[in-house]
Amino acid sequence: MGGTELLQFVLAGLKNGSIYALVALGFTLIYAATGVINFAQGEFYMLGGMLSVWAYADLGLPLPLAGLVGVMATAAVGGVFELGAIRQRKDGDPLALIVITVGGSMVLSSMARHLFGPNERPLPLFSGGGSVSVFGAVLEVQTIWILGLTALAVVGLWYLYNRTGLGRAMRACAVNRDAARIVGIDTRLMVTVSFLLAAALGALAGLAVTPLTQTAFDVGPTVGIKGFAAAILGGLGNPIAAVVGGLVLGMLESVSIAFISSTYKDAIALIVLLGVLFVRPQGILGRSRREKV
Amino acid sequence: MSSEPKTVLSVEGLHAGYGRVAVLRGIDMRVAEGELVTLIGANGAGKSTLLKALVGLVPPSGGTIRFLGNDITRLRPERAVRAGLALVPEGRMLFGPMSVEENLELGGHVRDRADTAESLERVFDLFPVLEERRLQTAATLSGGEQQMLAVARALMARPRLLLLDEPSLGLAPKVIKEIFAALEKLKAEGLTILLVEQDARLALKHADRGYVMRTGSIALAGAAADLLADDDVRLIYLGAWHGEGENT
Ligand SMILES: Nc1ncnc2c1ncn2[C@@H]1O[C@H](COP(=O)(O)OP(=O)(O)O)[C@@H](O)[C@H]1O
Ligand SMILES: [Mg+2]
Repeated sequence: MGGTELLQFVLAGLKNGSIYALVALGFTLIYAATGVINFAQGEFYMLGGMLSVWAYADLGLPLPLAGLVGVMATAAVGGVFELGAIRQRKDGDPLALIVITVGGSMVLSSMARHLFGPNERPLPLFSGGGSVSVFGAVLEVQTIWILGLTALAVVGLWYLYNRTGLGRAMRACAVNRDAARIVGIDTRLMVTVSFLLAAALGALAGLAVTPLTQTAFDVGPTVGIKGFAAAILGGLGNPIAAVVGGLVLGMLESVSIAFISSTYKDAIALIVLLGVLFVRPQGILGRSRREKV
Repeated sequence: MSSEPKTVLSVEGLHAGYGRVAVLRGIDMRVAEGELVTLIGANGAGKSTLLKALVGLVPPSGGTIRFLGNDITRLRPERAVRAGLALVPEGRMLFGPMSVEENLELGGHVRDRADTAESLERVFDLFPVLEERRLQTAATLSGGEQQMLAVARALMARPRLLLLDEPSLGLAPKVIKEIFAALEKLKAEGLTILLVEQDARLALKHADRGYVMRTGSIALAGAAADLLADDDVRLIYLGAWHGEGENT
């Protein structure tokens, strides 16, 4: 295999990897706030694409505005899901919450099917179908959009986490919930904010990819599993690790296509999942609530 | 006595527990402005549960808590801090991976920026070592420094009543002295303090009044000096058979 060809696979790996990274960030944010895995995370990705298509094709909004509507509306869905379902479970029992997210995922995809139909729906490329050449490899302009939006989201999230009072409160909440409460942090609000952000990040990924792949009511679970694999590959601990996990998974997939066969591409995420589960069998789905210094 | 000091906290018939397990069974107590009141009792008596119930971490199942004249029985913790109650919890519960400064800023979460800047100076004045350790993460501090940080974090909220849960636990005598010196200083500045301690002698030496808790209720109450002299208290909680005055 030549260098150019290899570079082509690297670019594809980065593209898919940044999508997984955005979805993984959503898992990490919600895990930090609640201690549970949100199995509806893939549906936020689906809704991001779907609601953008709806705003563009059905409402007739210009593409940038439609994309904004898609992301914001999905964030709102995430917030409503938290307020209406997650928060109602008063004791925050991790297993119960996980079941709620699984149920929520099914509800969201059936609603999408009911509202938007069973067919794949397209969205135009953000700025036409051009591509640029990078040392001989082809880089589609839409891929540049995907990479750029991901980078923007990561930087924004970094800023929020490390440079704002809200971010500091979210981190405090993740370290020790009771300690956060006694200094006056509204931990329920932090959970809601985490759902809003996680939904927006998933939606951004769905929006950015839809021009290349189209979208449908049932695209959520596959991407959800990959984002989940990326998140636990990064250890579920911190946002940076989630991004790294996403990129690594994207690369692994690309490498497997290059050297084995594209048949096994989708199996990579499962292998990663099983691998991590094997090394760290407990503590993946829920975490102990008692944490000391 | 002409002017009765203002009551800061009054607790009546307080019941609380965990799930179906009842721990507090009708607690009555009162803390007046400027007092240092201590709560002593054997392990498992329910002292920590009482402090947690006061700040809303454990929801009371009966009785009332009045604070500065308001009923705060059902307040959630994040509202209780705003009302003026700050807890230095058992085990300190610091934000381990975060810096000393961030821990303190989080302590001032309910305060505005100007207040926080001013409070920072005050707690650095009280515990100068925290200023030296400002950028270190809380988890890397020594036990004594962590306890100081826990007290300082609570002070950042500018409480009207400071609740402390076993601040001397596991610390060297020299460090305990420093912490209690700081509490004396705070008391001298007019802060009202409710102190839970496993070292009853130490606590009663510094307190104005004391309550003795036994399996979820108040068994004995009185002036600290009287409790120190009380035969039962001496026998059960002060380890009088070991001889007197060894403990500091
Ligand atoms: N989180 C909890 N869940 C269930 N029971 C608890 C919990 N914390 C304390 N207890 C029980 O409540 C009782 C009082 O505990 P605690 O308030 O910690 O006592 P103290 O602080 O006086 O040592 C004990 O019997 C203890 O086992
Ligand atoms: Mg205790």
